[in-house]
Amino acid sequence: MTATFVGMPAFPEAAARALGDTQLRQNLAHATATIRAKRANVVAEVDAWEELRLAGAAIKDNMLRRLDENLVQLEESLTAQGAVVHWARDAAEACRIVAEIAKSHHVDEVVKVKSMATQEISLNEALAEEGIAAWETDLAELIVQLGDDLPSHILVPAIHRNRAEIREIFRERMGSVGRPAPEGLSDVPAELAAAARLHLREKFLKAKMAISGANFAIAETGTLVVVESEGNGRMCLTLPEVLVSVVGIEKVLPTWGDLDVFLQLLPRSSTGERMNPYTSMWSGVTPGDGPQEVHVVLLDNGRTNVLADEVGRQALRCIRCSACLNVCPVYERTGGHAYGSVYPGPIGAILNPLLRGVGVDKQIDSLPYASSLCGACYEVCPVRINIPEVLVDLRAQVVDAHRSQAPKAEAVAMKSTAWIFSDSRRLRLAERGSSIAGAVLGKVSRRKLPGGRGAIGRLPWPGSSWSDARDIPRPPAESFRAWWRRDQSKHEGRADDGRA
Amino acid sequence: MRVALMVTCINDAMFPDTGKAVVALLRRLGVDVDFPEAQTCCAQPMVNTGYLDEAVPVVRNFVKAFDGYDAIVTPSGSCAGSVRHQHSIVAARSKDPALAEAVAATSPKTYELSEFLVDVLGVEDVGAYFPHRVTYHPTCHSLRMLGVGDRPWRLLQAVRGIKLERLPAAEECCGFGGTFAVKNPDTSVAMGSDKARHVRETGAEILVAGDNSCLMHIGGLLSRQRTGVRTMHLAEILASVEEAS
Repeated sequence: MTATFVGMPAFPEAAARALGDTQLRQNLAHATATIRAKRANVVAEVDAWEELRLAGAAIKDNMLRRLDENLVQLEESLTAQGAVVHWARDAAEACRIVAEIAKSHHVDEVVKVKSMATQEISLNEALAEEGIAAWETDLAELIVQLGDDLPSHILVPAIHRNRAEIREIFRERMGSVGRPAPEGLSDVPAELAAAARLHLREKFLKAKMAISGANFAIAETGTLVVVESEGNGRMCLTLPEVLVSVVGIEKVLPTWGDLDVFLQLLPRSSTGERMNPYTSMWSGVTPGDGPQEVHVVLLDNGRTNVLADEVGRQALRCIRCSACLNVCPVYERTGGHAYGSVYPGPIGAILNPLLRGVGVDKQIDSLPYASSLCGACYEVCPVRINIPEVLVDLRAQVVDAHRSQAPKAEAVAMKSTAWIFSDSRRLRLAERGSSIAGAVLGKVSRRKLPGGRGAIGRLPWPGSSWSDARDIPRPPAESFRAWWRRDQSKHEGRADDGRA
Repeated sequence: MRVALMVTCINDAMFPDTGKAVVALLRRLGVDVDFPEAQTCCAQPMVNTGYLDEAVPVVRNFVKAFDGYDAIVTPSGSCAGSVRHQHSIVAARSKDPALAEAVAATSPKTYELSEFLVDVLGVEDVGAYFPHRVTYHPTCHSLRMLGVGDRPWRLLQAVRGIKLERLPAAEECCGFGGTFAVKNPDTSVAMGSDKARHVRETGAEILVAGDNSCLMHIGGLLSRQRTGVRTMHLAEILASVEEAS
């Protein structure tokens, strides 16, 4: 399995490749438009939606302000309820903790509830290296896993696949890891779901250990919460003897009452439902009921770095709903793989650089630029993360990280443009130059824009990155400021210029 | 009221007709608009590409050029957004309290054209005449950064002779995005192609918007595809009158 993104090219290159994938474009346009419309409908029903967003953001901000206290309280509550709490600084530490728990129980396979935290730390790969098979039980994650593929969306990781492709994956791969797909499987969604159900049922009944994440962790009561649609999570959380949950430290909520806000915000923003079908909550161990050994791994893996970033820390409010992905015009066209991370789309474009730092990896540094700054993400974010603001701040961090190195063409261009823009006399000269260039170009090219203005067709590099697909108007014979000066002197020459 | 025109660097150098249209329109509405010649650019290209140090002298020049005016009007949602929402970031970067103070004075006085017409002058019918079939693209920064809402649409509706067509998926970004257009040209063009397709679906002969930067991108595609659809800035339509057309 290759569920990591090591060696991915920078965004523009990866995006260019994805844009040429006709099937991908079709699948994404259809799927994102469907979820977008569902979300818009159920959000419009809630009169106090804006108040809910404000409340969600405020609860998260207050939590982050006292993160240390909240986490200590969470640990105390969990421990009091019979859970074992582990602290993991990074991915390697978290994976080691989980593998050791598995080995102490001599299990060689575990079932998994869909979890972004375990994807983030590449837990499946780490367990595989220890000889432990981790089976994804969420339908979309199963499709990705069986297809030896990478997730491309936070909520619907197989969004890049259509049902015909899913049928092929099931027919070809299910048999090699468990119960094969039924004979004569068609691509009717109900049949595909039934095939997954039969395949997974065997996994649920066999597994001694399950691994989950958590949507929320309540400090006050020591309760973990998992919100899901398919019931596979409920199976994993109740059937096995041992349950290990890997939880990002920003998932803590101070009180039980805080769920009131988030259980309204999350399903409507995420699946476009008023309420998600399954909400599982457990507080440590309940004797004689459910897993009798419960572990919670509290994961940092860069989150305290994010907390230290004054502008970027708002990203820790994220509840992984993926509303920002579904409205993003860039994501809709490139898909998730182009972002080179399990966190794609607008939130991925800020979260990955924030978690991992800028200035080291070209791919990471390209992510803050993978946006037209249109602001659609901010508009739908249920916890009001101002993603465009963070993107712009991260761009400055990327530029600053490279300031000591030899300047690249872009930096030289920006510096000279800024020099021209710092004094209007320099700009006047530059404009005069551009008018002359326009006049020269007008002699060699007769191309016209619709409406009759002279146009420039194709330019050599670097102008080609614009002109390969887009015509450019020819610079005018006279800039506005030159016209203004001429117009003013004309008026000054008359006693009464007749102006209203 | 002392009103300054902030023409923007792209209009100054590439679309002077838009600036002239704003002057003609405002004069027609009785506003004696001034053009402070010291102005250059709002610094958005530097800020949005990450060059904050480089943006400092540009913002310094901006606040000096526009000092003392009661209102600053600009035919660009994006540049108005940059002045209102980003100049404070640049001022903070400069660590110069005097610049921060100057920015705090100029930023809130800066209006996008439709805001100035509807909110400050209180007019929706500017007396324009434009007998053409037109569709309107609400640019992202005017829509989501400034929140101009349907002000431009209301201004267009009051234009005599105009036939307005609703643009499908109007609120979706055209893919220009400043340096995004050249740093991620493939994605930018993919977004722009869908926008151009929607424009053609309306059957309009002219695409209008409040930002020439976005129009240069969509218009560049419409031209390359030989659609025959032309682009025009909102100001140019609002400045059109019966005698002139």
